[in-house]
Amino acid sequence: MIEVKNLTKVFGKFTAVDNISFTVKKGEIFGLLGPNGAGKSTTLRMLSTLARPTGGVATIGGCDIVKNDTKVRNLLGVVSEKMIIYERLTAKENLWFFGCLFGIPKEKLHKRIDELLDLVNLTQFKDKQVGTFSTGMRQRMNVIRALLNEPQVLFLDEPTLGLDPQSSVEIREFIKKLNQEKGTTIIITTHMMLDADLLCDRIAIVDHGKIIALDSSVNLKKATVGANTSIINLGITNLNLDMIEKIKTLPCVGAVTQEGETKLRITVHGEDAFDQIIDQVRTLNGKISSIENLQPTLEDVFLHMTGRNVRDSVESKVLVHTRRMAKMPVQRGR
Amino acid sequence: MGAKRILETSFRIAWKDLKELSRNKLGLLMLILMPLLMMAMVGFIYPSGSSIDMSNLKVQVVNLDTGFMDMSVSGDFASAVNQINSASVNLAFSDGTTLDVLVDSIQRGEIDAGIVIPENFTYCVLNKQQANITIISDTSNPQVSQQVSGVLANIIESMSKQVAQSNLAAQLNITSAQAASYMAPYNVSSQGVVEGSSSYFDFIAPGLMMMTVMMSVMTGLPGAITHEREIGTLDGVMVAPINRLSIILGKTLAQLTRGLMQGLIILILATALFGVTIHGNILLVIGLLLLGVFSFVGLGVALTSLAKDQESASMMLMAIMFPMMFLSGIFFPVKMMPGFMQTISSFLPLTYASDALRKVMVLGSGIPQIATSLAILIVFGIVMLAIAVPLFRRMMTR
Ligand SMILES: Nc1ncnc2c1ncn2[C@@H]1O[C@H](COP(=O)(O)OP(=O)(O)O)[C@@H](O)[C@H]1O
Ligand SMILES: [Mg+2]
Repeated sequence: MIEVKNLTKVFGKFTAVDNISFTVKKGEIFGLLGPNGAGKSTTLRMLSTLARPTGGVATIGGCDIVKNDTKVRNLLGVVSEKMIIYERLTAKENLWFFGCLFGIPKEKLHKRIDELLDLVNLTQFKDKQVGTFSTGMRQRMNVIRALLNEPQVLFLDEPTLGLDPQSSVEIREFIKKLNQEKGTTIIITTHMMLDADLLCDRIAIVDHGKIIALDSSVNLKKATVGANTSIINLGITNLNLDMIEKIKTLPCVGAVTQEGETKLRITVHGEDAFDQIIDQVRTLNGKISSIENLQPTLEDVFLHMTGRNVRDSVESKVLVHTRRMAKMPVQRGR
Repeated sequence: MGAKRILETSFRIAWKDLKELSRNKLGLLMLILMPLLMMAMVGFIYPSGSSIDMSNLKVQVVNLDTGFMDMSVSGDFASAVNQINSASVNLAFSDGTTLDVLVDSIQRGEIDAGIVIPENFTYCVLNKQQANITIISDTSNPQVSQQVSGVLANIIESMSKQVAQSNLAAQLNITSAQAASYMAPYNVSSQGVVEGSSSYFDFIAPGLMMMTVMMSVMTGLPGAITHEREIGTLDGVMVAPINRLSIILGKTLAQLTRGLMQGLIILILATALFGVTIHGNILLVIGLLLLGVFSFVGLGVALTSLAKDQESASMMLMAIMFPMMFLSGIFFPVKMMPGFMQTISSFLPLTYASDALRKVMVLGSGIPQIATSLAILIVFGIVMLAIAVPLFRRMMTR
């Protein structure tokens, strides 16, 4: 359905998207996962015909995104990073306006709008100005706006960004349902592991404009945790910064992240890794409360591939006292 | 996907923009306030020739006449001057004492001008010599000074004439009309192309309307497009399978409607409050406003395409609009500007647009009389659009 070959976008001297290639099959949910600034949005903007590629080619449903852009637009639904809704128009007026731009006949558009509003439980708010809506309601509006033309392909750029957990769940379920019932091909970008893990059939991990791994979630995790590598959760009741630093210096230890006041998540390599760590903690007079062997997450995959945390700048700074902060959703910058 | 679809989409976009505007209280307020402010500024700060309120101007009459052989005619003279004044311009007259006191009062700004009757006034009058009346005015305020001394000189001149006329008639034993023809064999009267006199307002209202409509579109268009780009909604419009021309067209249409409303407010104010009359065809007036905007749209679109954000767009606009306001002969006739400014002025479309509109409104001109201006505006508009549209397309897919 979607074929991308050596797609590149350069802004001035800066290469935002660097020679990426991938294909998305019909009916698939494909994820682009990576930290902020990785080039996910730029990739989607090029595929949406909103930005002209500096190099490479891409086709959607067989149509070239540059030469045949009008045809491509007819196939597409786009939910971009910023919400595409006019606050001073009502829900219905918004949908009517965009529906008309797609040239949908009046009768059909009426029906379609009612259907979509009903689908996301906004029927009773249809004559209210969108400016009065909550963030969750706006995002639902924003998503159904992209579905007016019954697109075969849907692009979603960070659809859960800034939403409360409840709304995130709703949006995810909506996307899943859409994919299953209508067979819509979907590309979703996100920097949230959970989104990618729960939704995507295949995930491309993007960093610095390049795809560094591409596979299903299960396979990506398998590749990370080989015979020799495992991930453990270590509980130490008197955990302190000094102890973390010392553990990090051990040769068998890969990535270390702190999870809560007394827990460490450690990637370890080698046969005697457990012994080494336990010895080290003992010499530092640490009191071990628990050791657990964990299933890897996509976070670990990213860490393994790049040596960095996905939500790098924000959450790698998380230290003992800011635990609760770490769980807060990122605010949508509007 | 023909022209019909482009137009349809343009109307749709324009309608959406206007609907948004109609729900934006601040926007509506600005829409009405802008022309009101413009009018107020021009109306009360730049007073027109006849509308200076003369009764506010204070004139002191200083009579230094010492008389001649126990007689004095200066008192009669002063009261006659006073009479003519109160019958015509009605300045605030008062009696002064000495020349020094008069000068001091003018320096303090308490008095605007003075009439000085010399010591030898009666002597001169009775001995068939010319009497010298001096007018002293506050030259720190040249406009007022010019006006007052002009008016006073006129008063004294007309008195002078009257006296001379009756003296001559008595001497030669002829009628006073005959005497007048001896004194001034040629009489001048001037009149315009249409009936009635025109004031500074008649001069300024057309240019002001044109400028307001243009400014409205010029600032509104880049504002509207960059705003939508910044909040992200422009992407939603652009992923629809529409011709990008209809985005420009729709936005322009909406801004045009807004601008015309402002122009209309000015027109109504000018006619209702300042007595401006339209001598030409009202449809031609509106048509000219539209043409004026057309000549500018390209420039607006080009700036929008070059500017990174809303702020830089409006900065660039200001840099162009501000000098244009003063060089296009809206407030001050182009023909009275220094040569090089006239040259600059001749490159500005606003010059032609406001000149044509003035001719239609004040002189009642029709299309043939303003054909040159029309042609220039059309060509300018087409050239600017030819430059702007490719720039706009490029910007859209940056
Ligand atoms: N229009 C633009 N001009 C210049 N640089 C840009 C532009 N758009 C994005 N970038 C840069 O490209 C990089 C990738 O951005 P983006 O695709 O938005 O990343 P992501 O969506 O993965 O967070 C960023 O460093 C960003 O600053
Ligand atoms: Mg992004």
